[in-house]
Amino acid sequence: MEQTTYVLEMHHITKEFPGVKALDDVTLKIEPGKVHALMGENGAGKSTLMKCLFGIYQADAGTVVYQGREVKFHSALDALRGGISMIHQELQPEPHLTVMENLWMGRLPKKGGFLVDYKKMYEDTVEVLERLKLNLDPRALVKTLSVSQIQCIEIAKAVSNNANVIIMDEPTSSLTETEVEYLFGIIEDLRKQGIAIIYISHKMDEILRISDMVSVMRDGVMIGTWDTAEMTVDKIISKMVGRELEEYFPPKTNQPGEVRLRVEDYTSIYSNSFQHVSFELRRGEILGVAGLVGAQRTELVEGIFGIRSCAAGRLYLDGEEVRVKCPMDAIRKGMALLTEDRKHSGIFPVLSVGENIYMRQYDKASDFGKINYKKCNQIAREGVEQLNVKTPGIRTPINNLSGGNQQKALLARWLLTDPDILILDEPTRGIDVGAKYEIYVIISKLAQEGKSIIMISSEMNELLGVADRIMVMCAGRKTGELGQKEFSEEAIMQLATQFA
Amino acid sequence: MEKTKKATFEKERVLEFFKNNVIMLCMLLLIIVIAVIQPKFISTRVLRDILIQNSSRMIIACGMAMVLISGGMDLSAGRIVGLAAVITGSLGQMGDYANRFFPNAPELPVIVPLLVSLVVCFLFGMFNGAAIAKFSIPPFIVTLATGMIIWGANLLYYDTEPNHSQPIGGIQEGIRYLGSGYVGGKIPVVILIAVVVVLISWFVMKYTAFGRSIYSIGGNRDAAEVCGIKVEMTLIWTYAIAALTFAIGGFLECARTNGATASYGDNYEFDAIAACVVGGISNNGGIGTIPGMVLGVLMFGILNYGLTFLGVQPYWQKIAKGIIILTAVGFDVRKNIRKK
Repeated sequence: MEQTTYVLEMHHITKEFPGVKALDDVTLKIEPGKVHALMGENGAGKSTLMKCLFGIYQADAGTVVYQGREVKFHSALDALRGGISMIHQELQPEPHLTVMENLWMGRLPKKGGFLVDYKKMYEDTVEVLERLKLNLDPRALVKTLSVSQIQCIEIAKAVSNNANVIIMDEPTSSLTETEVEYLFGIIEDLRKQGIAIIYISHKMDEILRISDMVSVMRDGVMIGTWDTAEMTVDKIISKMVGRELEEYFPPKTNQPGEVRLRVEDYTSIYSNSFQHVSFELRRGEILGVAGLVGAQRTELVEGIFGIRSCAAGRLYLDGEEVRVKCPMDAIRKGMALLTEDRKHSGIFPVLSVGENIYMRQYDKASDFGKINYKKCNQIAREGVEQLNVKTPGIRTPINNLSGGNQQKALLARWLLTDPDILILDEPTRGIDVGAKYEIYVIISKLAQEGKSIIMISSEMNELLGVADRIMVMCAGRKTGELGQKEFSEEAIMQLATQFA
Repeated sequence: MEKTKKATFEKERVLEFFKNNVIMLCMLLLIIVIAVIQPKFISTRVLRDILIQNSSRMIIACGMAMVLISGGMDLSAGRIVGLAAVITGSLGQMGDYANRFFPNAPELPVIVPLLVSLVVCFLFGMFNGAAIAKFSIPPFIVTLATGMIIWGANLLYYDTEPNHSQPIGGIQEGIRYLGSGYVGGKIPVVILIAVVVVLISWFVMKYTAFGRSIYSIGGNRDAAEVCGIKVEMTLIWTYAIAALTFAIGGFLECARTNGATASYGDNYEFDAIAACVVGGISNNGGIGTIPGMVLGVLMFGILNYGLTFLGVQPYWQKIAKGIIILTAVGFDVRKNIRKK
């Protein structure tokens, strides 16, 4: 067999945290000019491995060999200078700076030693953007760009640093389908230029389409590396979870009953947001809400929940009109909203898992206004158990948990308020396959118990697999409703792009 | 192999303990150093003096702690202290004092200056909270501005006929008792008041839904809103209650020193913020406890008193304070970074 030359090799990386072996003898070898997918459930050790590579964590054992030499990076910047760049899941560009300033940040071209050479910066930016066939104005402010365009700046930054290895962490998690296509085109170009790409994602179809190699990790161990051509979705999943998954979705057992909630003519105060949306929700029904990014689905449910102001709209609960001016009103009426952005409006990162769960239960768990922590902890433990939240303890800061477990803890918080109507906005975003299945089971069990559920999702197969009915939105308007018999990706896409 | 692993684990645990108790250990070290140089430092008299000197600071820091935990800041604290001191002084003078603020007014009962101070400061606090919560102006800016307004108003009041910015003196017996009297001849009243305020604050922050919602708002305001916490009302109350503690502090400062000027309370906000952050309260909100704050105040109290006790130039105290703030917060930040 011919000796392959690798651009980057990580040999026998081991990293231990007090109580957990996060990485156990992990070896990963990357070839130039290939897209190498790195997969695994959340908590499998993918990000820890990357952090060890970048010197954010110090590995306890193991070596990194880059272009044939053993190296040790001390920071992300250090690695970037060496030619390894990471494009993070959550991008943090400076919104008030221009494209070119973001591109050259930290290494601005200088004139006479300390003056910024804007002319050179502009020319260099144009050159880099041209090389990537990106149609961006170097002088545009970053806050005016879309997420995918910002991602492109990050890629351009990597390329301008003469990167040999680019690591992409969940690059498509907030992109629309056309934007994904665009990104894949760029990845294709990079591959042709001999750049190695480590592609971290949960999305099977993307992995199968774009990658050449797949490596799967589980519980801090490297399970193996395969040619993507040999793999199927089922094979990858079984490697990830260590068992064969028979079904992606639990069987449907819920029976929709009478109408509980009627939403009429909801209209935002902003003309570019949701307009004249009406729908009904039955007892024990799961109503899926489909649409592309920008369809204003999140804005609509936040309007219903009293977070956003509405210009018009009536809400009927069990046939009676109710007024919801603020989230407190909605909660009193038996509604709950699991928000789209866990970090931004879901968890309290500095508080414990326990407090995150029992924080709305003080009226039940108090003696004459004094909080009874024994009862609170009891409530939290039950919630943790019921929803199978994997946490070392209820006193652990919630920030230490994986996304899926944070989501389950949030669901536990809301379920404790005993809601009749649950609004779940992208409940499985950024969650691994195993935890996704658990969430589907919880959702369908809740529906079976007679709770009504509105579920927004950008993953079409998820809606098709879980929902009883799907409402489709496009550009702030409802464009249609599909019953289970009419379910198909084509039908949804057609409605979702009606005004596009 | 096993042994070395165990040893490193032990080492990590010791390190962890050090990191979590930096303030305590610094304080112990400080006390030991001072006591070695001057053994007389270890005495009940010194302890009592330190507590008396710091009781009003302790009360003010209670309010500041709440505001910081809510994710805010109150730069008007010192000016509210000064306002309360001047109100207390002007309304609490003896009837037969020569230079009375209101020459023709009768001697008022103790409760009047106290209540007026509390009510006026409470209203200013509500204003702070309302501007921050309703109009989303950053707390730093709001309280900087109200601090100026309050100071100006206080100076105007202080300069009225016939006082003309003369230091106010001749505080009546009943008020002075609260500032410098003793219960049973032994326990200073100010210490008792401080203990009561601290205990109430601790209880509110730890054991009431209101206190916990302050933590949630400081931890993640958007999430608190979604959860149905009344963010605006809670913030208004937080700043109003904080202003109450500042008012009590001002009242006691006047009572303790038998007088008041408009510059009372100058820079107290910075002392309070410093004590809170050294005591482990995050200036980003959501993190910290009242007992931690108490340690922070005591740390600075011991430092001030101890260095004076040793005859160290007061200028050095400022340098020492600055170093302590940086060290303590530095350790705290590192602790939180590692947890990520």
